[in-house]
Amino acid sequence: MAAHLKKRVYEEFSKVVQIPHEEAPSKKLRLSKPSKSAALHVDLCKASNSTDALQYLLQFARKPVEVESVEGVVRILLEHYYKETDNSVRLKIASLLGLLSKTQGFTPDCIVDDAINTLSNEKSHQVLAQLLDTLLVIGSQLPDTPTIRLRLIHVACKHLSDTYFGVRNKCLQLIYRSIISDYFGDQDPRVRTAALKAMLQLHERGMKIHQVIYEQACRLLSDDYEQVRSAAVQMVWVLSLLYPESIVPIPSSNEEIRLVDDAFGKISHMVSDGSWMVRVQAAKTLGSMLQVSPHFLVQTLDKKLMSDLRRKRTAHERAKELFTSGEFSSGRKWADDAPKEKLDRNTVNLIASGACGAFVHGLEDEMFEVRIAAVEALCQLARSSPSFAEKCLDFLVDMFNDEIEEVRLQSIHVLREISTHITLREDQLDTVLAVLEDSSRDIREALHELLCYTNVSTKECIQLALLELLKNLNKYPTDRNSVWKCLKFLGSRHPTLVLPLVPELLSTHPYFDTPEPDMDDPAYIAVLVLVFNAAKSCPTMPALFSDHTFRHYAYLRDSLSHLVPPLRLPGRKQVFGLDSVDSGSGSASVESAQLFLQQSLHRVSTIQNLEAPEARELLNFTIRDLQRLGELQTELAGAADFCATFLRCQLLLMKALQEKLWNVAVPLCLKQNVTATAAAQQILEETYKLEFLYSGLESRQVATIHHVRLQAKALQLILYARSRQGLDPLISCCEKFLQDVESFQRLFLSELPHLQDSFMDRVCELLPRLTSCKPVEMVKILQSTLRQSGLLQLSLPEQIHRATATIIEPTGESDNPLRFTSGLVVALDIDATLEHVNDPQNTVKVQVLYPDGQSHVIHPKPGDFRKPGPHRHRLITQVYLSHTAWTEPSQVEVRLLLAYSSSSSSSSSRLGWSDGADGVIPPSEATVEGTIPFSKPVKVYIMPKPARR
Amino acid sequence: MPEIKVTPLGAGQDVGRSCILVSIGGKNIMLDCGMHMGYNDDRRFPDFSYITQNGRLTDFLDCVIISHFHLDHCGALPYMSEMVGYDGPIYMTHPTKAICPILLEDFRKITVDKKGETNFFTSQMIKDCMKKVVPLNLHQTVQVDDELELKAYYAGHVLGAAMVLIKVGSESVVYTGDYNMTPDRHLGAAWIDKCRPDILISESTYATTIRDSKRCRERDFLKKVHESIERGGKVLIPVFALGRAQELCILLETFWERMNLKAPIYFSTGLTEKANHYYKLFITWTNQKIRKTFVQRNMFEFKHIKAFDRSYADNPGPMVVFATPGMLHAGQSLQIFKKWAGNEKNMVIMPGYCVQGTIGHKILNGQRKLEMEGRSTLDVKLQVEYMSFSAHADAKGIMQLIRMAEPRNMLLVHGEALKMEFLKGKIEQEFNIDCYMPANGETITVSTNPSVPVDISLNLLKREMALGGPLPDPKKPRTMHGTLIMKENVSLVSSEQALKELGLNEHQLRFTCRVQLQDPHSDLDTLHRIYTHLKSLLKGYTIQHVPDGTVMVESIVIKVSSSAEDPNNKVLLLSWSYQVEYSIITTIIPAMLNYLMSSPT
Repeated sequence: MAAHLKKRVYEEFSKVVQIPHEEAPSKKLRLSKPSKSAALHVDLCKASNSTDALQYLLQFARKPVEVESVEGVVRILLEHYYKETDNSVRLKIASLLGLLSKTQGFTPDCIVDDAINTLSNEKSHQVLAQLLDTLLVIGSQLPDTPTIRLRLIHVACKHLSDTYFGVRNKCLQLIYRSIISDYFGDQDPRVRTAALKAMLQLHERGMKIHQVIYEQACRLLSDDYEQVRSAAVQMVWVLSLLYPESIVPIPSSNEEIRLVDDAFGKISHMVSDGSWMVRVQAAKTLGSMLQVSPHFLVQTLDKKLMSDLRRKRTAHERAKELFTSGEFSSGRKWADDAPKEKLDRNTVNLIASGACGAFVHGLEDEMFEVRIAAVEALCQLARSSPSFAEKCLDFLVDMFNDEIEEVRLQSIHVLREISTHITLREDQLDTVLAVLEDSSRDIREALHELLCYTNVSTKECIQLALLELLKNLNKYPTDRNSVWKCLKFLGSRHPTLVLPLVPELLSTHPYFDTPEPDMDDPAYIAVLVLVFNAAKSCPTMPALFSDHTFRHYAYLRDSLSHLVPPLRLPGRKQVFGLDSVDSGSGSASVESAQLFLQQSLHRVSTIQNLEAPEARELLNFTIRDLQRLGELQTELAGAADFCATFLRCQLLLMKALQEKLWNVAVPLCLKQNVTATAAAQQILEETYKLEFLYSGLESRQVATIHHVRLQAKALQLILYARSRQGLDPLISCCEKFLQDVESFQRLFLSELPHLQDSFMDRVCELLPRLTSCKPVEMVKILQSTLRQSGLLQLSLPEQIHRATATIIEPTGESDNPLRFTSGLVVALDIDATLEHVNDPQNTVKVQVLYPDGQSHVIHPKPGDFRKPGPHRHRLITQVYLSHTAWTEPSQVEVRLLLAYSSSSSSSSSRLGWSDGADGVIPPSEATVEGTIPFSKPVKVYIMPKPARR
Repeated sequence: MPEIKVTPLGAGQDVGRSCILVSIGGKNIMLDCGMHMGYNDDRRFPDFSYITQNGRLTDFLDCVIISHFHLDHCGALPYMSEMVGYDGPIYMTHPTKAICPILLEDFRKITVDKKGETNFFTSQMIKDCMKKVVPLNLHQTVQVDDELELKAYYAGHVLGAAMVLIKVGSESVVYTGDYNMTPDRHLGAAWIDKCRPDILISESTYATTIRDSKRCRERDFLKKVHESIERGGKVLIPVFALGRAQELCILLETFWERMNLKAPIYFSTGLTEKANHYYKLFITWTNQKIRKTFVQRNMFEFKHIKAFDRSYADNPGPMVVFATPGMLHAGQSLQIFKKWAGNEKNMVIMPGYCVQGTIGHKILNGQRKLEMEGRSTLDVKLQVEYMSFSAHADAKGIMQLIRMAEPRNMLLVHGEALKMEFLKGKIEQEFNIDCYMPANGETITVSTNPSVPVDISLNLLKREMALGGPLPDPKKPRTMHGTLIMKENVSLVSSEQALKELGLNEHQLRFTCRVQLQDPHSDLDTLHRIYTHLKSLLKGYTIQHVPDGTVMVESIVIKVSSSAEDPNNKVLLLSWSYQVEYSIITTIIPAMLNYLMSSPT
């Protein structure tokens, strides 16, 4: 019915009607102007049928109506409305009513009753909806009349039971608009808060919030109660995201600004609110308002100083000026902060309007929560605006001296994140480097990390940095690795700045030979790391080296190859062919390596056509190539490794199937059977590694991996059947396999088309048969399909990274055993870096293996993981060792494990279940859990002594 | 109109000798009772004779409130209470109560023992005075008597500094004392809720200054000290014994620890040790950082800072000395200054505000030759640095506080007249409120508009509810009938109850109206005709034909009578009470008349 009506309405709207031109329009206009209502009345009466009437109304709607005649027009329209039988005309009248009540200067309270009355007799749903919409408009025109509001709500509630969605929709809108926003002005702060929150919730659920609320929300920013203010900040923020570009007037002036700027200014104001909760909220919010104009952004860092009414420059400005004039601040000059120009009394604005100095306040706040929020907000804003990054640098550097460690740490991190935009000045670097003496390891390491990414401007800066780093190294020898790494980047980033420093750094002399420095001195190594990395892109530098430097280079290149780059040294032949590959320009070699990888894979894909031995040969070679490629090209290590492992699985599978045993009776070839079983087991393990050790996999690859796993399972099943251990277990095994197949189908429904011609494809075809037939027969079918199915082609995603872990400490070099009394525990410090591990808090475990085969798995606390950089984690934890007394010291092995469980962590299941399946996890999938060792084991020498009595 | 009167006895357009009298709701309160640093004669103390010429102050003051322990806010207290005579309560916060006597004793020692003044208060007087003190807690409402109540807010500035809200009925005044809106190394920022006082009395030391961010100031300070030490110079930092001294100590202590410096830092006089003891105790009054970390390490337990002995001043090598008093006008800081002034390697850092007339003020203004007592002159060769470390709110901070408290009027004290003038203009412009800046002895009167609470009887309220209509909206006024009775307290009751209480009879006011017309029908007929007509005309009203020959429309009575001589000449009598809506009458009468006139006779 409704659809039919709708159709009719549209038909009529789209009907083309020739409009007879009215004669002498100008004259008539003048005549009709005082009584527009009369004209309309005449027109409507003239209308013989509904189409004509509609046409008149449409025409009428195009012209504006004067305020004084609105009411008359409304009366006529209503009169006609009651007479009209045609739905579409009534609909139009209803919409016109709404339009008219929007007329500027007209208060629609006089037509509310009439509008409500029309509702009671209306039968058509569309017209009803339109009428409600009109009421909505009328309601929004009359914000301060509670009686009308009540009536409207009442009406809306009555029509909530309507069968047509449009009517219910409008009713709800009427209710929410009139109810919720009316309670913004409630007497009780809790109600106001709840109203704001309800509105925010509606927004979250996709309801469109109207801009009208903006003004109300802004008023609530100065509410007496903090919860209200806090919610209002959120509300203003949401509105600024919804309508960033609309224009709002500035009160008490004629100017207008963008809404997002206005909101930004208002929220900035809240950074100096009385309640710290609101301040935190405001500071956080500022960070996400990226659309604000740069002009306003800069103001947040501005705090005009004055002293006795004279403008004073901030210390930052002074420092900058001294720097540009080439003189470093002595601080000795008397009154160098003496105020200069006289300020005009009237222009000094003490209450900074708008955004002025918001961050200056935020960063000085008493509560560190506010300061951290401000620092984070600065970071977000600076990342999107390089010019702002430049400006906020001084403030961030200042934050390095904060009294709370968390704040210092956070600001160091932030500076690192925006460091691509900036170059540090010497005085700034000075402040930054002072933090190197901090006693907290986290801070120092964060700072090293920062220095890796920092650009500095002069050679003095380099010298300063080196000096401070060496001091740091001297004071905290455990920072060795971190300092070296830092210098590596510092060197390779600023080769030209290092060049003039080289003679001094290496303490060479034009005439005299200087003593050869101690090669084991970490400080000397640090200097060398800096110099060698700079020399990499500065070919003139090696000429300045003395003899022993070359020797040391060769030594370091071997012992610390990750820190010392290959150099083309004069008079020396290239030692490794490798080096030339590496030293070629980076991106090109990566591309060629990528090409090589693709070609190898392509070559493998032709394996179908080759006879078995050749195929095996080719696979072997390819695997070897790929492994070598991974070693050479670190960028592609993950991908190459992944491919190699995958191919090895295929190779194993192939071998197991190629055995001639398949045609021989079982008891005759027990031995082969055993190797095949081992192969199947190994494939299974490898597939778990493939699935969980590599990040960046797409569902295509996961499907491929699962496919291989399924093949292995099929192989296992066949082997199991051949060993003949009774029929019952076999049946259950078959059922389990079928379940696996089903779950595979369900998980990778979208990937099935890509698996054409594969084992799975065939199994799926045969599935009806498999489910109905007997186990023995099923095994036979499987056997033949498995043998006939070909190699699955592997496609590579953009980036594959292998999760790796390196245990830095313990080093495993110590000859002194850790002695402790048996029965008690000894704490072993573990320091490890993890790369490309997702969610290490849940997946990474520490395993301790005692010489007697006993092993412990320890779960580190979530707080032990730090995140120094993207895709990188640092595990600093303690594990407790204990054992009964030993007669002599022995070694325990410590290694890191990556735990997985396919039910929770596998991306495949998440992908599969997301589209509406009700989460019944197949039992076979849920139970698969295990661990993969992914770090080299480290040996620790321990000695539990018997307790002394 | 009730009024609040404010008279500064000290600190009016001046810094030092804070003492402000407030009369509010019939109560007299003295805010602070300080001394002036710049004078050594009678001008040093406020002029208490303003309050009363002879006799004790107790009869004229309801209470005395001390905002914090600096001498320019409490220095005259023993003089007032013991020598002039005051026995009423003195309110101050716990830390102020603890530290105040130490400072007063120190002040007494310098004045009596060193300068040899007589007729000064004694140690015993200080003790007696402190016995009159009633301690305050933050945000605790204290009832001085039935009507007067006080509430203290955190003010930053120094340990234990408080702003006080004074409230009598619905009238209120906030006195800020000295306060600081930017937190520092050991104190938090001042905070007040939106209490909307009638007057906010605020200090305005830095009325025309907006200061650089505190981090820059700190760095500047540390750099200056560090460089001077590296040059082998001695650094003198004159400080008030307490407050800024602790702040700078924490700053230097952490810096020394971080930079691993070895030069000694000294802190003069034993007084600070006592004071430090209290600082360690009142951890709750410090900032977030110290409060959070004091379990591991109390920040006021200094590792690098040692007590100063006078002989150390001649030791060779670099050193940093904190010495009192802060404005170099007397005491140890002046002695050390004299010793070190001749060497240009040395440095003096003035970390705070200096009152006019003190040596501190002179050298800050660039004077290089000083006249000392006994006609000797002193050449000032050492470097003079000024670091604004004063924990006073700057102009922006003052504006921020006004925004927080939203006062109806503003009153500035504790600042220089010219600077106040500027700030006054700004405040009036920005907030559109009146701002005053009285001089000493000048009285400011502010009239208030207190709201009078009225008890409304429950019956009346219920009746009003029963009448229907929209639920009462507290933001909108609504009219209702009732009688206001003022006995001990004001109450609103229904008129019946009021009559009953007063023992009066109820009188009814009725209006009557006679209309003469010609109508041939009998009286009863006419009445009936009127009845039926009105019935058809006035729908929605109750219309009754009462058997005694009247028609009732709601409470309007209509009667018909004919005159004796001419039965056709009818007199229509209408009578209504004053409550009836006028509109009904105006519809009834013309309608009736029209009908009767036009109807066929």
